[in-house]
Amino acid sequence: MATMQMRTTARAMMAPAVILLLVWMVVPLAATLYYSFQNYTLLNPVISFAGLDNYYYFITDPAFASAVLNTIYLVGGVLLITVIGGLFLALLIDQPIFGQGIVRILVISPFFVMPTVAALVWKNMLMNPIYGIFAWLFSLVGLPPVDFLAQIPLLSIILIVAWQWLPFATLILLTALQSLDGEQMEAAEMDGAGVVSRFIYLVLPHLSRAITVVILIETIFLLGVFAEILVTTNGGPGTASTNLPFLVYTQALLNFDVGSASAGGIIAVVVANIVAFFLMRIIGKNLEA
Amino acid sequence: MARSVSTSRRVTFTVIAWVIALILFFPILWTIITSFKSEGDAIAFPPVFLNFHWTLDSYREVQERSDYLLHVWNSAAISFGSTLIALLISIPAAWAMAFNPGKRTKDILMWMLSTKMMPAVAVLVPFYLAFKNLGLLDTKLGLIIILTMMNLPIIVWMLYSYFKEIPGEILEAARMDGATLGKEIVYVLAPMAVPGIASTVLLNIILSWNEAFWTLNLSASQAAPLSTFIASYSSPEGLFWAKLSAASTLAIAPILVMGWFSQKQLVRGLTFGAVK
Repeated sequence: MATMQMRTTARAMMAPAVILLLVWMVVPLAATLYYSFQNYTLLNPVISFAGLDNYYYFITDPAFASAVLNTIYLVGGVLLITVIGGLFLALLIDQPIFGQGIVRILVISPFFVMPTVAALVWKNMLMNPIYGIFAWLFSLVGLPPVDFLAQIPLLSIILIVAWQWLPFATLILLTALQSLDGEQMEAAEMDGAGVVSRFIYLVLPHLSRAITVVILIETIFLLGVFAEILVTTNGGPGTASTNLPFLVYTQALLNFDVGSASAGGIIAVVVANIVAFFLMRIIGKNLEA
Repeated sequence: MARSVSTSRRVTFTVIAWVIALILFFPILWTIITSFKSEGDAIAFPPVFLNFHWTLDSYREVQERSDYLLHVWNSAAISFGSTLIALLISIPAAWAMAFNPGKRTKDILMWMLSTKMMPAVAVLVPFYLAFKNLGLLDTKLGLIIILTMMNLPIIVWMLYSYFKEIPGEILEAARMDGATLGKEIVYVLAPMAVPGIASTVLLNIILSWNEAFWTLNLSASQAAPLSTFIASYSSPEGLFWAKLSAASTLAIAPILVMGWFSQKQLVRGLTFGAVK
């Protein structure tokens, strides 16, 4: 009887969180889905059924193909830099070095810089072709300055976002590295295993799960990169640095096309769900343990 | 750990690590240095590193011209407000899941997590329209509601993982002694869970303080937190690097310090316990 009562109490305690999240998830998503089938712009008060037109226009818009490609380049590029760089940095910081604590703090700091600050500092003080630090460094070695955000906009944004996420990868991999069995490593060393084979056969397998987690979590966040684009290139020049979220934002808040933006939003959900599917499986497995 | 390492190897690694760490930290350091320059020195070419006239003018002007403190207050109100409300909703839920798990507890936890994976841009349109109709655009209340819901899953998860480490027998003993449920949570669970609750709060304040999708889209001036305010420096007219740096330094300093203290919790909170 006591357990029955506890069960009821437990349900009541969970209810607010569950109901709020359910409403939060279902209502707006249903609204987006509904709008995506309507002809609806904020400039024209008449709403009419559009069928799949919004999806058709959104997908056949040349900006869509380039936005999808830009999203892939952005996510892929940042992942490449942060996972390889993070692995290297984690291994380095894990060595017995002087001032390890301070090195660690310096390395993780960029993660705590708010995206708008990070993007503006890079855009102005580092990447400005006339007064920026990079222009100065280039001039020291006799190279002409590069107008980063105009000439290589997407690559520049990849660089900025990678700077923000490198600390995350490093921190996670470092944490995983520190739980590596030291005795096993010593045994392997005594048996004559070199640095490379120890890395390939002991360290990498041990880190594989942490690496997967880094890739999946970063992907979730990187699919939604927005602020960095808004304050640096505004998606341009043209649509050279417009990713999927930014395209939806352009349709909704700049072109006032609610229907088309909603169709784009639904497409973003589909993409994110594919990634989430894999992430949930990994975390779910962990929950069993 | 106990392995002896040759000094030369140790020195080599130390040098490489420090050089890389300083390069990665440089943009932050450069922002702090530039905040003490005059606008003229800020765009000097070649750049001046330390030998310039140090001044606090930029800090003064940022406050005078733009009511900087209003945005600091907005950021604080939004991040603390949303974290605290989410905490009040989450503690009972995490208690129930950790100490009275049912058959579906695991599914509920996973489902909560899955709400985090919904791309914000997918629900931008309905929220924007609803906020417009309800008069919530550019209000602190609107942003607090949004961020509360954004943080709720992470807070439930983190609290759940900390509560799980507290032996349930202690709570049972209190119950046997006649403690009511409220007393059990407030006097027995809460004191033991203080470190876990504190880490949860810390991580979520960091995440809300730096949030830059909803704040940029749903606030303009009155309710603008620091992330939106600083985005206003992206306008191409004129170069105000010293002022941008002063505003940025103030905006990131408190969170940077908080972040240094929350490295461990960060790993746990952001990987949902998958890496400890």
